[in-house]
Amino acid sequence: MKASARRQSWLIALPVMALLLWTVVYPNVAVIAGSFENGLGHWREFAASPADREALWTSLVISVASVFASLAIGVPLAFLLGRFEFPGRRLLRAVATLPAALPPLVGVIAFLFLYGESGLVTRVVQRALGMAEAPWRLKGVGAIVFVHAYTMYVYVFLFVSAGLERFDATLDEAASGLGANTWQRLRRVTLPLLMPAVAGSALLVFMNALGSFSAPYVFGGGLRVLSTQILASKINGAMGLAYVETTVLALSAVAGLVLFRWLDSKRKYTLASKGGRTRRTIRSRPIQVLMTVASAVIVMALVLPHLMVILVSFARDGAWTTQVLPPEYTFENYRRLFTEAELWKPITNSVSMALIATAANLVVCFIAGYLIVLRKFGGRGLLELLVALPWAIPATAIALGLAATFNRNDLLTGRVLLVGTFWILPLAYFIRDIPLVASAVESSLRQMDASLEDAARGLGASWMMTMRRVILPAARPGLVAGGLLAAVTAVGEFVASVVLYTHSNRPISMEILAQLRALAFGTAAAYSVLLIFLVLLMTLAARSFEERLA
Amino acid sequence: MTGAPDGLARSENKDDKGGRGPLALNGVTRRFGEFTAVDNVSFEVGPGELLALVGASGSGKTTTLRMAAGYEAPDSGTVTLGGKDITRVPPERRGFGMVFQHYALFPHMPVEDNVAFGLEARGVSKVDRLVKARAALASVGLEDAGSRPIQSLSGGEQQRVALARALVIEPQALLLDEPLSNLDPTLRHAMRDDLRAMLRRVGVPALFVTHDQEDAFAVADRIALLKKGKLLQVGTPEELYNAPLSREVAAFIGRGSIVPAIDKGSTATVTIGGVARDLNVTRPKGVAPHLETAFVVLRPDALELSRSAGVLAWRGRIANRRFAGGVIVYRVQLADGISVDVESLSGEAHEDDNVSISPLKGPFPLVPT
Repeated sequence: MKASARRQSWLIALPVMALLLWTVVYPNVAVIAGSFENGLGHWREFAASPADREALWTSLVISVASVFASLAIGVPLAFLLGRFEFPGRRLLRAVATLPAALPPLVGVIAFLFLYGESGLVTRVVQRALGMAEAPWRLKGVGAIVFVHAYTMYVYVFLFVSAGLERFDATLDEAASGLGANTWQRLRRVTLPLLMPAVAGSALLVFMNALGSFSAPYVFGGGLRVLSTQILASKINGAMGLAYVETTVLALSAVAGLVLFRWLDSKRKYTLASKGGRTRRTIRSRPIQVLMTVASAVIVMALVLPHLMVILVSFARDGAWTTQVLPPEYTFENYRRLFTEAELWKPITNSVSMALIATAANLVVCFIAGYLIVLRKFGGRGLLELLVALPWAIPATAIALGLAATFNRNDLLTGRVLLVGTFWILPLAYFIRDIPLVASAVESSLRQMDASLEDAARGLGASWMMTMRRVILPAARPGLVAGGLLAAVTAVGEFVASVVLYTHSNRPISMEILAQLRALAFGTAAAYSVLLIFLVLLMTLAARSFEERLA
Repeated sequence: MTGAPDGLARSENKDDKGGRGPLALNGVTRRFGEFTAVDNVSFEVGPGELLALVGASGSGKTTTLRMAAGYEAPDSGTVTLGGKDITRVPPERRGFGMVFQHYALFPHMPVEDNVAFGLEARGVSKVDRLVKARAALASVGLEDAGSRPIQSLSGGEQQRVALARALVIEPQALLLDEPLSNLDPTLRHAMRDDLRAMLRRVGVPALFVTHDQEDAFAVADRIALLKKGKLLQVGTPEELYNAPLSREVAAFIGRGSIVPAIDKGSTATVTIGGVARDLNVTRPKGVAPHLETAFVVLRPDALELSRSAGVLAWRGRIANRRFAGGVIVYRVQLADGISVDVESLSGEAHEDDNVSISPLKGPFPLVPT
């Protein structure tokens, strides 16, 4: 690459790098530095606190248990749907990814309505068995892992399904031709080849579970995990301790990441994308009936949370006490959402903050993706690291970093007062979604022939024209898909919001929590339905936008 | 790639030579919905014999092979080995060695583990299977490749590993799906000879699928020609070349023009541009003594090109001239829209020259419609 081109790359890269260093790296450095503000004092405090040691241990236990629970559901389901044909398969396949469409807090609430002490399923079981009290309590590690398994098995299911689809069927045939029985083939050929998919999804579940906030916050009871401990310390004003807890949480995440990468590094092969295996049709009548019944049960279990939230959204607040189902139904909840200014505010807040964050994501990630994929310059590795970094840091840690950094105006140390203003949440959403949008843009650009840029320049196009007519259209599918994902996660965001929100910029998720605390279940559910509706609306908008352009 | 390995003891053992006898398909049919992929196909492959299943893509040859291997069940008909019905025996209990088109080597295992996999499945001890795997690798000329990852092998090496993996289980039959199609032309010619030598040494029925009639001619003892799921002819390469049963067989074998003729028993009359010539013909077995419509195959080596105008010769113009090793092949456009290829040792004639073509002694293959 010519020196002038290299200089140009750096010229474009510097503002982006500076922004990322300032908003992503600096806050985390500030947290680590803060944890040492009085030497090892805060660290000693952490080590001496039984509550914090318990929180660390519980966080790790929940994360590992969530991984195994998600694998236990996701892997068999992927095999069942990928390898067999049976009545009801299409319906099951259609709803299998539904849990991922629920914003995290909404999933938790749905479980509360279903399996909580006064939940539908709990009451039905209680009545059926004639018990005086609820047969179980939705509390503690078990409850958290239960919710995690429901929402996070989707990662495992999607990864393993994709792996099975790419799986070269002749490998299985070769193994059977060489005399291997079904079990030997599974153990020696199929599972080893699916390991990358299994490991990749397990890592995703681990990271999500470790950073998870909503389930421990709502179901934890007296249970302590790191993410909730951080918020508690911050509320108590023990910022030093909060910094230590945040550092420990981030280090746990990075340790998990490194461990999985190391396990995966021994693999030298990739799956050839051939596939071609047809599903085996189940012919035995009893097994057919059994599988149909089983899939009906699974479909119900997957759809029930969504249905329950919709049902409760029509329940009159305060009327649902000891009955199995809410006794009174009304449109009042929705009417109030749209007519009362105080209730309408969170909706406009969430939508505008999500759009601002997404717009920033699109600009920054497009430039970063362009530099990473199409420009071979010295800063490429650093830029790649910078855009991937927020993925490795749990959202609570990101939020605390922002709280620690942008809490006063001090130009000398690069601090601006954002905490307590509207802008702190869009900034947090922007940071959280950088890896998502950047990787979508990168994968789109990687499919583009790298010589197209040279060809355009060779035909006399200016740099601006090349960007507009060649690079931007190539990146567009990634921008649309990444932008959609970013907007969808931002509009329902809870984990960073709970650390940073103020009354005036409170998002929908915080309002759901407030309504829940006031036992206004109907209003909380109506917000949840609205959130699901917003997600749907954005998906449709993105799709029609993409279709109109394509 | 010489020397019999210890791992292939069966092939050296005289009493056991040929495993359990011939592999036979008896009237097998396979339908996929409305489409009949294989239609009532029968043939037998003896111990030590090499049969090539030849056909264009979609002819049903791979489906036929997969039925022989047990990966597909025939809708009707049977598969037998040494007279024993194995139609319903699953592949893992047939004990056949199969080489897949893209080799299907396990990407997560080194070469040695790939080769030893079939022994592992049979519960052979670790030491024994390593010894046998190494011997099998040596037999294909890869004694030093044992610990290499599959990804580091070239196409030809992968093919030999796949072959070693199929041979080490001392198979009852060998089945190969397009074993040469993924190799570059130079390697392909060398592998033809190696493949034939190795398969002969094992001494079990060997069935291989190919779309390339040159590969089939070079490797096989006999050829089964398939078209649209139907078996057109089974025979030695010479039989298919010299006595094709039908116009379709002759067309597939190629190397010659098929021209209409009047059948007169031991001769046939071919008229081109008003010049009629009586040609000696070979009649395929089982056809009527006098055919209503008949064709004769004019092969390039059975015709003679001359630059002088003979009275009894067919007149034409050279459309194309091609150097083919020791000979020049001319494509000559004759009258009545017929063109023929002619081999000539002389390179004197050139494109657009007017020439005359005369048939040599023959005999010429006669085929019905």
